[in-house]
Amino acid sequence: MTLIHLAIILPVLAAVVVRIIYKYYRRLHLGWFVLPVPLIIVIYLMTFIPRVSNNEVVYETMHFMPRIGMNFDVYIDGLGLLFAILISGIGALVVLYSIGYLSREEHLGNFYVYLLIFMTAMLGVVLNDNVIMLYLFWELTSISSFLLIAFWHTRERSLYGAQKSMLITMFGGFMMLGGFLLLQNITGTASIRGMLESVALIQESPLTPFAIVLILLGAFTKSAQFPFYVWLPDAMEAPTPVSAYLHSATMVKAGIYLVARLTPLFAFSETWVWIILLGGLITMTWASFNAISKDDLKAVLAFSTVSQLGLIMSLLGLGALSVLTGANEAHFSVAVVAAVFHLINHATFKGALFMLTGIVDHEAGTRSLRKLGGLLTVMPISFTLTVITALSMAGLPPFNGFLSKELFLEAMIDVREADFGSLASVSFIFPLLAIVGSIFTFVYSILLIYGVFFGKRTYDTPKEPHEAPALMLISPIFLSVLVLLFGFFPNILSGTIIDPAAMSIMASDTPLGTHLYMWHGFNNPALWATVAVVIIGALLFYFKDKWTFIYDYHKERFTLNHLYDQGLIYSRLGSHKVTDSYMSGFLRSYLAYIFLFFIIMGALTFLNTGIQLDFSNLAPVGIQEIIVAIIILVSLAVILATKSRLVSIIMLGAIGFAMSLFFVFFRSADLALTQLAIETVTTALFLVCFYHLPKRSRHEERVRFKMTNFLIAVGVGVMAILLGLSAYSNRLFDSISQFHIDNVYELAAGGNMVNVILVDFRGFDTLFETLVFGIAGVGIYGLMKLRLNRKDEQDETHAKKD
Amino acid sequence: MKHTLKKTETEKGQKQMNDVFLQFVSKVVFFIVIMFSFNLFFAGHYTPGGGFVGGLLAASALILLLIAYDKKTLQKMLPIDFRMVLTVGLLFAAGIPTLSFLFGTPFFTHQHTYIEVPVFGEIALHSAVLFDIGVFLTVAATSLFIIVLVGEAEN
Repeated sequence: MTLIHLAIILPVLAAVVVRIIYKYYRRLHLGWFVLPVPLIIVIYLMTFIPRVSNNEVVYETMHFMPRIGMNFDVYIDGLGLLFAILISGIGALVVLYSIGYLSREEHLGNFYVYLLIFMTAMLGVVLNDNVIMLYLFWELTSISSFLLIAFWHTRERSLYGAQKSMLITMFGGFMMLGGFLLLQNITGTASIRGMLESVALIQESPLTPFAIVLILLGAFTKSAQFPFYVWLPDAMEAPTPVSAYLHSATMVKAGIYLVARLTPLFAFSETWVWIILLGGLITMTWASFNAISKDDLKAVLAFSTVSQLGLIMSLLGLGALSVLTGANEAHFSVAVVAAVFHLINHATFKGALFMLTGIVDHEAGTRSLRKLGGLLTVMPISFTLTVITALSMAGLPPFNGFLSKELFLEAMIDVREADFGSLASVSFIFPLLAIVGSIFTFVYSILLIYGVFFGKRTYDTPKEPHEAPALMLISPIFLSVLVLLFGFFPNILSGTIIDPAAMSIMASDTPLGTHLYMWHGFNNPALWATVAVVIIGALLFYFKDKWTFIYDYHKERFTLNHLYDQGLIYSRLGSHKVTDSYMSGFLRSYLAYIFLFFIIMGALTFLNTGIQLDFSNLAPVGIQEIIVAIIILVSLAVILATKSRLVSIIMLGAIGFAMSLFFVFFRSADLALTQLAIETVTTALFLVCFYHLPKRSRHEERVRFKMTNFLIAVGVGVMAILLGLSAYSNRLFDSISQFHIDNVYELAAGGNMVNVILVDFRGFDTLFETLVFGIAGVGIYGLMKLRLNRKDEQDETHAKKD
Repeated sequence: MKHTLKKTETEKGQKQMNDVFLQFVSKVVFFIVIMFSFNLFFAGHYTPGGGFVGGLLAASALILLLIAYDKKTLQKMLPIDFRMVLTVGLLFAAGIPTLSFLFGTPFFTHQHTYIEVPVFGEIALHSAVLFDIGVFLTVAATSLFIIVLVGEAEN
């Protein structure tokens, strides 16, 4: 355990403290107590910049389960550090902003606990070297995102959005786990660095295409790429700080991180390159086209986020393409540098835009573009910040968005020089899609500024708008300053952060020496592309009313959302049908299924291997054992004969106690004790349940029903006896008891072998059993309480009727 | 629970169950059983016993009280929230294995040492005991929890 591990876990530890503070101290806004956490982390991470920009990597390990290669290996290189700084830095700004945004009447305790869990999860994703651990943290981000979207859990839309995001991202995450396992299978290691060393194995393996598709499913669902982007617009039901943080600046970039991290592994593969490149470009164009038609400010930003993520994704694809076709190394580095740079820029301008939207929503009471307008005079500071950030998003100089957008266009235009082979004739599609996407981006950026701040004051906003308090403005001002700073002096970033990150994506050691500047001269085609984007975009914006009717052709029935909703409805119906066909509601049916399965599997095994019974080693049967056996048989006969349930329960108890006598005979005191205690408790439980059991039905009296049960019972009995005897007769392996006998005092300092096995040697079993036990208890609590409540309600309604 | 028995078995006959005997005995037996359960728990490392059996026995001691009296009396005798006990138990069971990271060892590596105590002589300290406390509490709380809940639902 090192400081880095502690830095990753710090937010979760802080979450515990924060929750306790919230319980006992409410006078100060809880956010002030949370704020130091990301600040400490970001300052700590900043200290790594000099080392990382000198091409050093930091590698620390913490043994978790070393036998199966599952360790908490922290690995800091340029890429990981960039993401980690983004996460903690934007995290600090968002926490600061949320202090102004969320009033103290909200459930702040929950909010900040979820947010801190998310922080740990995200840091764990980007600083991890072990794919299995990466997957665990990855799912933790999905869970915390789910909780944060459903923060206002009384709203139906929030719940819908939360469920949608969880279903889609968890589906992807699970697929990704499959991909990781395949990779682990191919390379024999769970470490990403270890995999990098055996790229040759991956190239040869026939499993690689499957691994690629599965991992990309994870990345595409998380980063909201086409066609999985549908969850992101609905996730906007979350409080705005959450949207700014999770759903634009950090979590949705986890997919991009994954693609970037695995680029050196998969760049040789055509599947990888084409899916990322085309998927990214289509996402970018389609989402920016859709953003224009939205009325809700946050919906516009959501689609814009999707589109920008597509842009970064396609750049990474482009980088990989250059490897595939063996094109000029320079294009590769340009595309990757552009991807990294745009990632930073997007976090700054989109984070700020979300915060500004939150301010407008907070002060005017609505986010609808139709209701807003003419706020320029009342909110001058917000207006200035929006202009800076939105124009940066549109890709206009002198903001940082222009620099990375130009690199993007340049890379997309240059890509035609690459060797496409048979596809050369359609290569024009890349610059085309890029430019079309950029045009729409320009249009909605202008729309955002114009719709909120210009035009006529509408006066039908729910609140009388005024400028936001200083507390809420600090974070967007800080981000806007960064937008300007990175615009004018991009080279503070290039050597320190962008180059190391780009180098880790390319897995190269040679310094790139990137130098970013605004003016590339008139010969640069990207400049003319930008000019074209601005002119066409301005025309489209001016004649907006003339062409937006095309959105009406996009019927609800043909959208992906509709597909998702229908899928949800039909999967629910289908599973109901399947489940209803065998879930009868009677415990005895389920027992019959389980026992039948047991009989069939046992019989199949015996048919395959043949039965070999060896009676030579069996112990002699003593008189005391015969007596106990007779007791058991008599109790059994009584259970079968009696009509009274109480007698059955007591006789069942008698059988249990007799069984524990057997354990005593075989000198297993622990088992005997446990059996006795269990028997006591279960008998008590039976007596309690007694009252709830239904009257014996006529169904049970039928001969056929009895015969089936009889056959199953006999089958299980015979099978159990056969299994026991044949397992005893055929010792395939040496007994492991000797190991325990030898080591029980040496390794575990204990005297009772059974208990040492329970708490130490096989402690995991006990741990999970305990957890299962606890979960079962809570589950029963839920079920019973639900029933009690329902009964209460029924009584009330009855009382009302009376 | 007493209620259950009354309702089902003695519905027609006597209206009142005379359980003075049971109530008196249970008061004595309760302490014997619960002490035995603690004994089993602590003995577990060297002789038969352990957290699971101990927990079950502790639960059955309480169930005895529950049978002799009723839920309200039990709550008055022992004003403990079982949900809290369950939480603490799970916390111990899951938390103690995690603490081994502090010693720089893999998850679930137990630590043990021996200390010299004036009166008792050498005593073994083992982190497995703490883990077993988690098991003990979880098992006891959950069993009791379920039985109380199901018994409560009868009305």
